[in-house]
Amino acid sequence: MQYTLMEQARKRRNRENLVGYAFMLPSLIFFIGFVIFPMGMALVTSFTDYSMTTFNFVGFNNYLRAFKDPVFLKSTWNTIIIVLVSVPVVTLFSLWVASVVYKMSNLSSSFFRIVFYLPIVTGTVAVTVVWKWIFNNYYGLLNYVFKELGVISRNINWLGDPRYALACIITILLTTSIGQPIVLYVSALANVDPSLVEAGEVDGATNMQVFWKIKWPQIMPTTLYILVITTINSFQCFALIQLLTSGGPNNATNTIMYNIYYHAYKLNEYGYGNAMGILLALLIAVFSFIQFRLAKTDNE
Amino acid sequence: MKKLVALLLAAMMVLSLGSFAMAEEKTEITLWTYPIGGWGKEETVNEIIAAFNEKYPNITVKVEFLNYQDGDVQVTGAIEAGTTPDIIMEGPERLVSNWGAAGKMLDLSDLWTEEALADISAVSEAVVAACKSPEGVYYEYPLCMTTHTMAINYDVFEAAGALQYLDLENRTWTTENFEKALQALKDHGVEHTAIVYCGGQGGDQGTRALAMNLYSAQFTNPEHTAYTMNSEAGVKGLQKLVDLVNAGLLTADPGIVAGDELQLFANGTANMTLAWNASNASTYASQVSFKPYAMAFPADDGKPELAGGIWGFGIFDNKDEKKVAAAKEFIKFVSDDPVQGPKSVYATGFFPVRASFGDIYTGTEKESFKEFSVFMPFLGDYYNVTPNWPVQRTEWWNLLQRIFAGGDVAAEVETYINNSNPK
Amino acid sequence: MQTTVQRTTPYRVFAIVLLLALVVFFAFPLYWIITGSFKDAQTINSAVPQWFPTNPTTDNYARLFNRPAFTWLWNTIFICAMSMLLTCITATMAGYAIAKKQFAGRAVIFSIFIMAMALPKQVILIPLLKEMSFLGLHNTLWAVIFPTVGWPFGVFLMKQFSENIPGSILEATRIDGAGEVQTFIQIVLPMVAPGIGALAIFTFISAWNDYFLQLLMLNSRFTFTISLGIATLQQEMSTDFGLIMAGAAVAAIPIVAVFLLFQRFFTRGITMGAVKG
Repeated sequence: MQYTLMEQARKRRNRENLVGYAFMLPSLIFFIGFVIFPMGMALVTSFTDYSMTTFNFVGFNNYLRAFKDPVFLKSTWNTIIIVLVSVPVVTLFSLWVASVVYKMSNLSSSFFRIVFYLPIVTGTVAVTVVWKWIFNNYYGLLNYVFKELGVISRNINWLGDPRYALACIITILLTTSIGQPIVLYVSALANVDPSLVEAGEVDGATNMQVFWKIKWPQIMPTTLYILVITTINSFQCFALIQLLTSGGPNNATNTIMYNIYYHAYKLNEYGYGNAMGILLALLIAVFSFIQFRLAKTDNE
Repeated sequence: MKKLVALLLAAMMVLSLGSFAMAEEKTEITLWTYPIGGWGKEETVNEIIAAFNEKYPNITVKVEFLNYQDGDVQVTGAIEAGTTPDIIMEGPERLVSNWGAAGKMLDLSDLWTEEALADISAVSEAVVAACKSPEGVYYEYPLCMTTHTMAINYDVFEAAGALQYLDLENRTWTTENFEKALQALKDHGVEHTAIVYCGGQGGDQGTRALAMNLYSAQFTNPEHTAYTMNSEAGVKGLQKLVDLVNAGLLTADPGIVAGDELQLFANGTANMTLAWNASNASTYASQVSFKPYAMAFPADDGKPELAGGIWGFGIFDNKDEKKVAAAKEFIKFVSDDPVQGPKSVYATGFFPVRASFGDIYTGTEKESFKEFSVFMPFLGDYYNVTPNWPVQRTEWWNLLQRIFAGGDVAAEVETYINNSNPK
Repeated sequence: MQTTVQRTTPYRVFAIVLLLALVVFFAFPLYWIITGSFKDAQTINSAVPQWFPTNPTTDNYARLFNRPAFTWLWNTIFICAMSMLLTCITATMAGYAIAKKQFAGRAVIFSIFIMAMALPKQVILIPLLKEMSFLGLHNTLWAVIFPTVGWPFGVFLMKQFSENIPGSILEATRIDGAGEVQTFIQIVLPMVAPGIGALAIFTFISAWNDYFLQLLMLNSRFTFTISLGIATLQQEMSTDFGLIMAGAAVAAIPIVAVFLLFQRFFTRGITMGAVKG
């Protein structure tokens, strides 16, 4: 009797395995073929002096070089600042917008979702052209507005001043990052089981209580996704830097990603570039791990 | 055994016949161009290819246009993927120092016939030297050249009474007069005389030429093995720039690149540009509402040494002899043909590297380009082939950013030299 | 207009006013791009901004479509639509399996997916380039599509959406004797529809904006995307802002269309499934 039960359980497990892998298969083909395989090669080459002309194993030299490279350390610091500012701002701001928007009619809700998505739909190049003009030192919109309002008396060279440049980059990054979280939060909030909310309201819970006690746990998977994705995107901030500041002035806006681009594609030091990429991945992994942990304890 | 040999021979004959027949067929070659004046424009290049096909109907030329922002990445990608074009048009710092040195390019010595060598040497020995590697291998076959100059807003200079400080005949000025002109502009109420852009990659030659010439410094040693702006004259020149900025006579801007600066010049915000040449003059011609006037960089002895651009063709080693042969035909036709050659140069808006082409602009639509021929005698040493060039460029921008942010010039130049010189 | 009963509290009024102010801020770049695409070079470059083109010109569009812009547009749409389609299929299946199927190694596989997202794409591009060249796919549109589909964002997103499917419903359908495929199509798909809608839009847009991947994988005018095509028209030391803006304005049309097409999925889903269960 016990034997057949175990047999049954084993059969069921086998079936579950088979079905699970069958569902995974299409995804795994692309994932292994075009992500994991080149990733493995990137990992291997991070231990070499791979360039256009050389390919020799150099052990941990690239990693040691990174830790002694002041530009890499500066860019790591900048990257962490970007992440620490943008992740909470993006998450909270998009949650707030979504909480206002999701109760609206379909039409107005779509309107707001699409408006907040606009900075991405026209593509990074065109949007940075506009922002470059807004921040222009000589006749930019921002200087004009601030001077009219009496906030400043002299033009500020927003992108050329190490004190402001990173803040400008973060501002643009924020405008291009919140569209996606808003879309996700609106659908997550709309999908909260209404019977739970009604039950809460019947029990006399305030709006705030309903939100944090009932809705917040329900949208936790979405929040976790948004946290992790925003973290990764902020860590990998690159196009804005390339188009606006090339990492300057004096490395004030240099990020790890821009540094990787510079070494791998401008100087053709693929090995060193890849080693920095691996370090960046480790850094992201640490942040993501913390977020998964926090989300778990919050859920329980 | 005999039979087998006979069979093999027969087979070889058939094969060679076959390849002979193939030679009669069309060969397709690919050309990638960076925007070297009009060679960045499709209409212009199509005309040149049409002329080529009249004479060589069996060679098809496919063109792709690169830009300076992304071109290097595209070529890197093509090299790593093995899909490089047959011909590429650029200058020695890429053809010779970068891809040539990496062993990706073919030796073009056979294009450098005695006639070509003599004709090109007659214009400038520096051109010949720039097109070959330190080992003496030619990786570039040059077509055109120019000097990079600066330009002033003639109308504003006139109004400010600053024209008196310029040698209008030779288009030169001394360091002393340059400073006087800046002062005159400032007294006239000009907010931005010239803007020393310190961001980005392109246009570095303008800022270099300014800093070097103020006190006649040399950018590298004569052997092109080390950077030498830490010389007394070099430091003095950079210090002068810092002093001028601090006195409000110049503007330093780490937030803009050469293209932005040109735009500011074109719309009248800045009254000089450091990134001028014939090609930019024509690009911005439709946007300026004043007279842009090309000038050499100011020099203490009044004898400037201008940075040059030398552009031409290189052939990637794609291991296909037929294509290589076709590519060489194309290069020879475009650069050497007595009729087409001058036209190819004319399309760039720059000047021929061959003495025999003579003056190509008189009596044409681009007559005004002759303005730039006055600078040719000032063409300086082509030092862009010094090793570590791409690293040096980035370090140069960082150096400018640091000294204008208040860093000690002598110390910062040392850092720049240490980071740039080949280890 | 309000479909739900909503008290008009002072907070809500304040919130909506603030939102409308932000709308101006967020919509401004697009406004500037569209109006800019109708300005000539001198006006765009002018130190005095012109808020609305007084002498509108279609010259920028003429120059854009003077090139193989339709080919580029078609290539871009093909890349984005194909990536979107394949990603939606593979990611929905995989996300569901990771969330709801207790197969061996599922935690490990999911961790690998997350780790893979952490690694910047630029690092894998050179090896990927070699691989594509080996497969003979370099300079074909598939060289951009396949890595986009393989990128694990979608699996992660769909896994999060599948988490909310109540196990009891799946159990009930199994007891009813439904097969795995039937369960997936009839129960799971409707429940994760909002996720699929979001994923479709995200994939489409990220494929559209993945300039660097396109730059390395495509190198002829017949395979160029619209952004690569516009980049090739730039001259040294002068940026053709009019052309960039015209290109961006054209690019915005299909994206907005995709957005409107898929956003109706957003609010369906779990609630519907829950009622059914």
